[in-house]
Amino acid sequence: MAQSKRVEHVSTSTENTGANRIAGKGRLSPAKTVSFTFDGKTLTALEGDTLASALLAHGIHLVGRSFKYHRPRGILAAGPEEPNALIDISRDSARRQPNVRATVQTVYDGMIAKSQNRFPSLSFDVGVANDYLGRFIPAGFYYKTFMWPRKAWDKLYEPVIRSAAGLGIAPKEADPDHYASRFAHCDVLVVGSGAAGLTAASIAAKSGKNVIFVDENASFGGSLLSDSTSRIDGQSGQDWAKNKVTELAAMDNVTLLSRTTAFGYQSHNMVNLVEQITDHLAQPGSNLPRERMWQVRAKKVILATGAIERHLVFADNDRPGIMLASAAQTYLNQYGVTPGRSIGVYTACDSAWHAAFDLKKAGVSIVALIDCRETVNQDLINQANELGIKTMVNHAVTSTSGRLRINSMTVQPVNGENKTVIAVDCLLMSGGWTPSVHLFSQSRGRVKFDAERGIFLPDVYMEECTSVGSCNGTYDLSDAIAEAATATETALGDIGAKARKAKLPKVEDSPSMHGFLIGAAKGAGPDDFVKAFIDFQNDVTAKDIRLAVREGFQSIEHVKRYTTTGMATDQGKMSNMHGLAIAAETLDKPIPEVGLTTFRAPYTPVTFGAFVGHAKGDLFDVTRTTPMHEWAVDQGAVFEDVGNWKRAWYFPQAGEDMHAAVARECKQTREAAGIFDASTLGKIEVVGPDAVKFMNLMYTNPWDKLAVGRCRYGIMCREDGFIYDDGVVGRLSEERFHVTTTTGGAPRVLNMMEDYLQTEFPEWKVWLTSTSEQWAVIGVQGPKAREIIEPLVEGIDLSSEGLPHMSVREGKICGVPTRLFRMSFTGETGFEINVHGDYGRSVWEAVWKRGAPLGMVPYGTEAMHVMRAEKGYIIVGQDTDGTVTPHDAAVDWAIGKKKTDFVGIRGLKRKDLVAEGRRQLVGLKTRQPDYVIEEGAQIVEDPNHPVPVPMIGFVTSSYWSESLGHSIAMGVIDNGHKRMGETVYVPMKDEVIAAEICSPVFYDPEGGRVNA
Amino acid sequence: MPNPARIHPLADRLSAGNGVILSPVESRERISLRADPTTAKALGTAIGLNLPTKPTGVTTKGNKSAFWIGPDEWLLIGPDNGSMAKALEKVGRQVYSATDISHRNTAITVSGAKAVEALNSGCPRDLSLDAFPVKSCSRTVLGKAEIILWRTGNQEFHVECWRSFSDYVWKFLVDATRSA
Repeated sequence: MAQSKRVEHVSTSTENTGANRIAGKGRLSPAKTVSFTFDGKTLTALEGDTLASALLAHGIHLVGRSFKYHRPRGILAAGPEEPNALIDISRDSARRQPNVRATVQTVYDGMIAKSQNRFPSLSFDVGVANDYLGRFIPAGFYYKTFMWPRKAWDKLYEPVIRSAAGLGIAPKEADPDHYASRFAHCDVLVVGSGAAGLTAASIAAKSGKNVIFVDENASFGGSLLSDSTSRIDGQSGQDWAKNKVTELAAMDNVTLLSRTTAFGYQSHNMVNLVEQITDHLAQPGSNLPRERMWQVRAKKVILATGAIERHLVFADNDRPGIMLASAAQTYLNQYGVTPGRSIGVYTACDSAWHAAFDLKKAGVSIVALIDCRETVNQDLINQANELGIKTMVNHAVTSTSGRLRINSMTVQPVNGENKTVIAVDCLLMSGGWTPSVHLFSQSRGRVKFDAERGIFLPDVYMEECTSVGSCNGTYDLSDAIAEAATATETALGDIGAKARKAKLPKVEDSPSMHGFLIGAAKGAGPDDFVKAFIDFQNDVTAKDIRLAVREGFQSIEHVKRYTTTGMATDQGKMSNMHGLAIAAETLDKPIPEVGLTTFRAPYTPVTFGAFVGHAKGDLFDVTRTTPMHEWAVDQGAVFEDVGNWKRAWYFPQAGEDMHAAVARECKQTREAAGIFDASTLGKIEVVGPDAVKFMNLMYTNPWDKLAVGRCRYGIMCREDGFIYDDGVVGRLSEERFHVTTTTGGAPRVLNMMEDYLQTEFPEWKVWLTSTSEQWAVIGVQGPKAREIIEPLVEGIDLSSEGLPHMSVREGKICGVPTRLFRMSFTGETGFEINVHGDYGRSVWEAVWKRGAPLGMVPYGTEAMHVMRAEKGYIIVGQDTDGTVTPHDAAVDWAIGKKKTDFVGIRGLKRKDLVAEGRRQLVGLKTRQPDYVIEEGAQIVEDPNHPVPVPMIGFVTSSYWSESLGHSIAMGVIDNGHKRMGETVYVPMKDEVIAAEICSPVFYDPEGGRVNA
Repeated sequence: MPNPARIHPLADRLSAGNGVILSPVESRERISLRADPTTAKALGTAIGLNLPTKPTGVTTKGNKSAFWIGPDEWLLIGPDNGSMAKALEKVGRQVYSATDISHRNTAITVSGAKAVEALNSGCPRDLSLDAFPVKSCSRTVLGKAEIILWRTGNQEFHVECWRSFSDYVWKFLVDATRSA
């Protein structure tokens, strides 16, 4: 279907692609058309048109309403600097993107374009009232007006401002496209493909080095593509560029990336690129990513980023139909489109003269060419005369008229008042050029001001990069090519490449870019009450800058933030120099003393999708599962996230809620047995002759006397004496320990251990290896645990004498090797069967097959939490929070009293840590036995104390205990250990709960069951 | 009692197309060997391999390979028969740590004309043949996962990762392949 639709369009070449097409101009084929809609109206464009060129071809200038005043705005530029023509572009309801610059969006068949920031329509917008109220909306308006009353801010001002602010509407649906990312290295990265960039890429490529060559536009060639006069070695600029690109494309060591913007320059020559892949295609294949984010590490970066033309600052310089002269030249020479039929030109720069000549030669009427400079090169005047263009040198345009499009301009002598009104349907302007030093500035390079030409130029480089061509102020085509050649040869020499001295091409008839004006033009001075815009996107006028300065803002950074000039996606591409010049004039300081604001990445807006890349859906983050995970899924387990792990939380049976499931799991485990997946516990193998010495250092416990085959519960502190982690450690041989850590603590415990080993004790002969995932761990707990596993185990005596509580043996289970631990986190007889990961599922199923008929149940982490709390076993991170010492947690029995050193020993001697009355862990028994307190609830001594009530602690763990028939809780309370039996209160929302402080060991305090 | 079934973490997976073939590497014996570099020679002799001594170094003999991971750390990969562990047990009087990680790690073979592009979607290393020639290895990252990358051919890599990360690494490579 799609294919036939395209064919149909190709065949109907007589379709109206716009009244402003100039036959024979531009590089687009008139045979290939596409159709799109703009604000619901179907229009036809040529394949390769940008949205801007397609609209202009149809005579449409009005494309948006301005940010603050809702003034009608037209297309101003032809490149990424476009501040006005921000359009909502979509393929379908999910693939919609607001704020796309019409000047860089290629039109494709079926594209839906909508204007923004207007209600109810583009030509009639109620928000325009702001324009008439403009004198009441000065710079800093929000800061000044919405100060008082304070309360109105949250309820009234902010919501209203927020709904009125911003351009475009963010899409609400999930983005169905996918995005790619790529890391790349190269010897030379060349950014920008004008004459300078092409020269650099060509020389670098011929040296054999790896070259990445990028340009943000659809075609390589930069300004050569819009240049109708230059001859390079006898060829047109376009042909010369095309030949260079063909040559480069054939070389294996060159990667050419068009539609690719270098938007960020990071340290160590890392440059971020975003490559647009499908945004110009009508039917992108579903496998194509929409965009690809490149992170390129280059040995040398050659910046050939060109220059951006500035507008002129005069009254009402923002009407639709007013645009940059170079933009008109691009629309004519690249797209075969004229922006008007009777065009005025207002300039301070030679380049606009060339634009006027091109248009005139194409048959477009240039009604007047106004240049505000005192004198202009006689050659230009002669050419204008030859072409019959009326010139008015030393004159200025001081106002314009026309509601939705310019219809006249008023011209005055620069030094006089005599007004001439001239009818036009389009006005081209040029205030000269601003070198694009954005990337250079991002690389932390420092610029210097060239007062003679009114430009900032790269001066001090901080990275391995060089700037060539007009971004370096070298405007003349011949000079730019020569500079690019020399700079590239030097750069290649720096990285050890042999570059042959390139023969420079002969350049003729290239246009001049001489002349400029920065700051306000005639009629927009301090005494003129007019709207002369310097920043179109942020609606900032010359008088806003002056007002900011008068109100005391002297730093350009402050002026920028107060007036919002150069902010947001615009980054001051056109406005920076004007704002700076006006601020400098008002401050009566030279420009370099006022300074230049910092350019921020990204150079142009980058989609979130490009940044996200592959990291969405399943790849948003790593999901770690154990070898037994699928078994639990099959059993209908509900999972919880613990770090990156999925752990079975509870196993509900039909009709059970979480409470019922957990109660059953606990009860059944205590009465028969439970099986639990403990594979996620961290495991570290500590091996070497100094292993025991190292264990003594890292843990508070003494390890020398731990016999081979025995286990010990270890506590690890930080240097400050607070608990960092805990776990059971088994000694497998004199020189080998099997250390376990908490699930979440595994990486940081290993890191801390390695840190001490590598930085403090590198001479110790001991090594650490993470074995967390080598072993799948099957916990079998309960009075029937031994009976269940006994027939499966070979070579290990499972009796209480042969394998007492807290011991470990190596042997076999189901015929595969195991490290079998006798230990318990439930208070019941317990085993933790460690088997190699690949056997985890099979051994689990074998144990399950044995245990299920004996009443064994699978239990999840919630039941595990309940059962351990019944025994008063702490969970690091739940019952401790980084301010709890072993003494506070009542595990100080785990500190080797005779030890002279371990991590934390000094911290534990600090005055405040040995002080009486610290906040200590205790058990809590509610007066109402069935009331389960909320975890995290505050504990107070006297609930009737006037507010604020002093808080003496909080609840850390709280559960319903099915086995005990009442709720249980733990908490930390000031001086808790000495307050056994005292009543404290937990104020909840609706009631106050009384609880008695008790021992945290609620279940089997004698420990008979665990040793059975 | 019959031996329980051994289940590979990436059992039954295969992905091919768009210039990249992904396939799980079968079970291997893997040992994390830690020792003072001066001991390397004796340990190497025991297992019949010269342990590499330089960063990115890999030595291979038959189907056994040793990878330089750090100044005192090697990864050994060999046939799934425990022979390397047995050989190392016989090295008496040497100070070292050999820990079995055969089940901790698993691996994926990534091959094809676009293998480098797929890997460079998430791996920041320079994978040009000059910078990372055949028989190089590196502990690096792929997306959010740590991997050990071993170049086995101009267009073939062995990607080693921990077992619980293997699902992520596999899916990342499939996604990367799609847009390589």
